[in-house]
Amino acid sequence: MNASIPTQQVKRGKSRASQRTLAVAGFLATVLTTFLGLLAVTFFIGRVVPIDPALAIVGDRAPAHVVERVREELGLNLPLWQQFFIYVRQALSGEFGTSVLTTNPVMEDIKRVFPATMELATIGTIIGAIFGVPLGVLAAVKRGSLIDQIVRLIGLIGYSVPIFWLGLLALLLFYAKLGWVAFPGRMDLVFEFTFTPVTGFYIVDAIWQRQWDVLWDLFRHIILPASLLGYFSLAYISRMTRSFMLNELSQEYVVAARAKGLSETRIIWFHALRNAAVPLITVIALSYAGLLEGSVLTESIFSWPGLGLYITNSLQNADMNAVLGGTIVIGAVFISINIFSDVLYRLLDPRTRSR
Amino acid sequence: MSDTTHNQETLRQWLLSDRPASRRQARLGRAYIIWQRFSDNKLALLGLMIILGLIFVAIFADQLAPHNPVQGDLRNARLLPPGTAGYLLGTDDQGRDILSRLIHGSRLTLMVIGLVAVIAAPIGLIVGTVAGYAGGYVDAILMRITDIFLAFPKLVLALALVAALGPGIENAILAIAVTSWPPYARIARAETMTFRNSDFIHAVKLMGASPFRIVLVHVMPLCTSSLIVRVTLDMAGIILTAAGLGFLGLGAQPPLPEWGAMIASGRRFILDQWWVAGMPGFAILIVSLGFNLLGDGLRDALDPKEAGQ
Repeated sequence: MNASIPTQQVKRGKSRASQRTLAVAGFLATVLTTFLGLLAVTFFIGRVVPIDPALAIVGDRAPAHVVERVREELGLNLPLWQQFFIYVRQALSGEFGTSVLTTNPVMEDIKRVFPATMELATIGTIIGAIFGVPLGVLAAVKRGSLIDQIVRLIGLIGYSVPIFWLGLLALLLFYAKLGWVAFPGRMDLVFEFTFTPVTGFYIVDAIWQRQWDVLWDLFRHIILPASLLGYFSLAYISRMTRSFMLNELSQEYVVAARAKGLSETRIIWFHALRNAAVPLITVIALSYAGLLEGSVLTESIFSWPGLGLYITNSLQNADMNAVLGGTIVIGAVFISINIFSDVLYRLLDPRTRSR
Repeated sequence: MSDTTHNQETLRQWLLSDRPASRRQARLGRAYIIWQRFSDNKLALLGLMIILGLIFVAIFADQLAPHNPVQGDLRNARLLPPGTAGYLLGTDDQGRDILSRLIHGSRLTLMVIGLVAVIAAPIGLIVGTVAGYAGGYVDAILMRITDIFLAFPKLVLALALVAALGPGIENAILAIAVTSWPPYARIARAETMTFRNSDFIHAVKLMGASPFRIVLVHVMPLCTSSLIVRVTLDMAGIILTAAGLGFLGLGAQPPLPEWGAMIASGRRFILDQWWVAGMPGFAILIVSLGFNLLGDGLRDALDPKEAGQ
């Protein structure tokens, strides 16, 4: 992701275009090798690490000719590079084999469960950004004050607390003791019969179909896990906002704005925050990617039927196809978000643009 | 009285001398300055105390633990609440004293972070210094590999690895180590680049030192201080990942008193006997908080650029 942008432009005119093409080509090559690397790592985990996949299928007491036949069927007799080539081709066409647990093709399962994870991570990121950005700004403006200390504490605890433990305690408090939120899961069973999701994003579907009772139920289910994920994203976002804002507030244009007699509110929220916004968008995108990963443990606590729960359930049943398929999808989304935020940064910040 | 203060004063002057007479004096002086910067930071000291406490508890676990951590009193002591006589933090579903299990679990925690650091930091150091010193194609290839691992979501990669290797604390350690070396490589490379073309490297090169020797003897030691800070800051993350793997049943296996696995086994009782899952979580929180505070303090003390601000 470090495609270099030419900083020194010795020649002018024609070479600019070619330099730009070179930069884009370098960037694409980086993206491509990263995705290939992802597949190489999962291939290695799936094919090379378990000593013999054929033995894993037939058991170690099977006669030699059976083992040999299975090896041939699995293509394990081919040279490793050829196996990898086949693996990449299959992965590109979305074939990750069949899940032992659900007996469906893994890709079909993932398509079904992935919207749930995205919904959770999206709401979590929204919560994190809505609270994290203003908190970070306030902490930077009132440096050393009580609010700065609080932001620091939120960050410290966020980096130190096990998410699954906090989730359990939250369930104990808000579900069992206070009764404010619904039982773990995505939706009450009652609605399984009256509500037919179309997109897989239940909240969108409920609004689209104007089923307000469903929407309320969905809200009562998602609010706790999303707040939990939101807290972790808040811890990260507020810390980064603080340091970006400290940087901006020490710039000369802030002094100039003050000299012009602009109100402090205007300077902070319009001038400084606007300039901090570009790196902030990157941070929010990265925290979104982080939440996709954090959802693995959270979904397990809240029985949230997403990709994380799918992977952990498959793990418990030694369902390697499903585990590796899920890993590739999460990894690919993770990498895509990274690249996306990188590109966004370059598009939004005029300073990084190669003219 | 005044004599001791006088002695202290001369010691201080000797340590802070502008012209150290020996290498030992220079080193001690530097360590003294770092320690002064570090000990000004009360939170960092608190972090240090927590970690020293953890090490102490781990060493004397056999003496400190009031009960057997693995064998419980099934008949009389199931699920006792905290504060019951003899069981300060209560007992779990098998009548085992939670405090004793936490005390013995500190050994597992230390083992995990120690081994991960011992495996991952040298890999990162070697990859980073070689890439930074060699440059060119070697650098490009090594950094591509590093970036690929860096682009992976850590927990998910560790999950997949443990799934393939089979559950167990050794495999969990291996999986975490495999996922945590790339940032170290990045740091070591960046450090190496800064003094790759400096005079003292040219000097040893002129004296005929092999690239192998230059990297090993002259480059690596200079990268260690920033690496130590980063490793300390990562310890909390390592503890949390290990606990997460233990919670999912992929790390330490029962009856080992690993904290994450203890939370998992207490999960069934969370509504009525919160302490079974609650106490190990507190232990994890305190220890990772300690590492975070210590790491922050070390970074501020060792990095004059940051401390100067």
